[in-house]
Amino acid sequence: MLEVRNLVFHPLENGLEISIIENISFTVEQGEMLVITGPNGGGKSTVARLLMGIETPDSGEILLDGVDITGWSIAQRANAGIGFAFQQPPRFKGMTVKRLLSIAAGCELPESRCCDYLSAVGLCAREYLDREVDNTLSGGEMKRLEIATVLARPHKLCIFDEPEAGIDLWSFSMLVDQFRRLHAEKKQSLILISHQEKIIQMADRIMVIRDGRVAALGPGDEVLPQLLGGEKDCGCTANSPCRA
Amino acid sequence: MANLDQITESVLTQIDGGGFRQEGAYNLRYNGYSLCHGNTEHITIKRKEDREGIDVYISGQTKGEQVHIPVVVSASGITDEVYNDFYIEDGAQVTIVAGCGIHNSGCNDSRHDGIHSFHVGKDANVRYEEKHYGEGEGTGARILNPVTRIYMDERSVFTLDTVQIRGVDSTRRKTEVVMEGDSRLYVMEKLMTHDSQSAVSDMDICLNGPGSSARIISRSVARDNSHQVFHPKAIGNALCHAHIQCDSIIMDHARVCSIPEIDARHVDAAIIHEAAIGRINSEQLIKLNTFGLSEEAAEAIIIENFLN
Repeated sequence: MLEVRNLVFHPLENGLEISIIENISFTVEQGEMLVITGPNGGGKSTVARLLMGIETPDSGEILLDGVDITGWSIAQRANAGIGFAFQQPPRFKGMTVKRLLSIAAGCELPESRCCDYLSAVGLCAREYLDREVDNTLSGGEMKRLEIATVLARPHKLCIFDEPEAGIDLWSFSMLVDQFRRLHAEKKQSLILISHQEKIIQMADRIMVIRDGRVAALGPGDEVLPQLLGGEKDCGCTANSPCRA
Repeated sequence: MANLDQITESVLTQIDGGGFRQEGAYNLRYNGYSLCHGNTEHITIKRKEDREGIDVYISGQTKGEQVHIPVVVSASGITDEVYNDFYIEDGAQVTIVAGCGIHNSGCNDSRHDGIHSFHVGKDANVRYEEKHYGEGEGTGARILNPVTRIYMDERSVFTLDTVQIRGVDSTRRKTEVVMEGDSRLYVMEKLMTHDSQSAVSDMDICLNGPGSSARIISRSVARDNSHQVFHPKAIGNALCHAHIQCDSIIMDHARVCSIPEIDARHVDAAIIHEAAIGRINSEQLIKLNTFGLSEEAAEAIIIENFLN
């Protein structure tokens, strides 16, 4: 369904080329849930942004259903069925929650549908529909709304960048249930970037990214025990300083 | 009932969102004269005898009624100066829908200066909506210079909702508000300029009474080579609270200047001003791109919602 081949990303920082992603390859099958995890600063979010077209790789290929989409714009990828939930979603002054959900869905949504999407992420529709998506919403509310916007349209592949970040415990368990339901339906493939064991446990496969490279990739029941066993080892050495 | 031509009907649709009907309390000013007007049991509109304009008397019995007083200028080269005074009795609850639209298809400038004074009684609640709009294929400028003076008595509430949609070449807006004890003012000003248009908005809010509060929100979009200047000023003369928030999106080669002034003359006066000018946030554009929208469509949606 999704095939990523030899992805390399070396952007310039203060005029110097830096290595962010080094030759990453992986696949995601139809209906599969792939969880990407690894230390902070290792390149997980960059991989997600490269898949969505927010960043452009220096080399490598991204294929969706066999079609090379590497040169496609964000909008083209979205229209081809890729959804993306940001780690830190932007706020929109003047835009109501209902309007944002309708734009996400691509059509004017009736209140009942908005209610379904908001309820799925633990927000009460009556309280939120007419609220503005501005800084009157907390970080946790923004994150939940962000996930609701992805739920509001059908996708082939949904990418969630640390969906749990900033969400309270109660909402987190609702969120886990939501991902479990999405995964069980097998209608869309899921890529979740996460540090949370509860989410990692749901994965069909786990990919560990460290220092811009794939440090491990395999079935959840194989990779997870390694992760749990090695959690005290951050993998840093004198030659490779800790980036966590 | 007066017959209205197609241009007038079209302009009215732009400036009177609720739909102008010759019903209830209303006055339609057309090319410098009052074309038609109507009163109700509680609202009386009288034409001024000493100068152009109307006096609108709103009784304390008024609960939830609307007054529609649109102005349409469709003749090129006209300069229309009009004085409208509103006397709102204690306890009245009323919505006043004003607005001015200029259709200029000629080569001479068309200009409307509306000088509005509101005398708001104790415990009265007034919502004043004003839309400004310009259109027409002529080279003559479309100019609107509104002056709004509001005197708020104790415990009164005034909501001022002003919108300049598009097509106004030059505007110089002056707003003056004097507030007595426990009165509350809400201002929402939205403005869009394009091409080589210019807009200047001066606003003086005097919070004279203890417990008075004002919330002023100004949002604008300046595109092309247009130029905007905002000068909101809040003066706290008593225990009071005021919050002014100016946000502008700047595009192309436009210029936006925001000059806040907050002046506390009492130890319990709490006045806050926030101002921000910037281009459209790239994260917002990217977010809307992820919904499948092109750059242009995303930009249009951001502006539309920002001006809401």
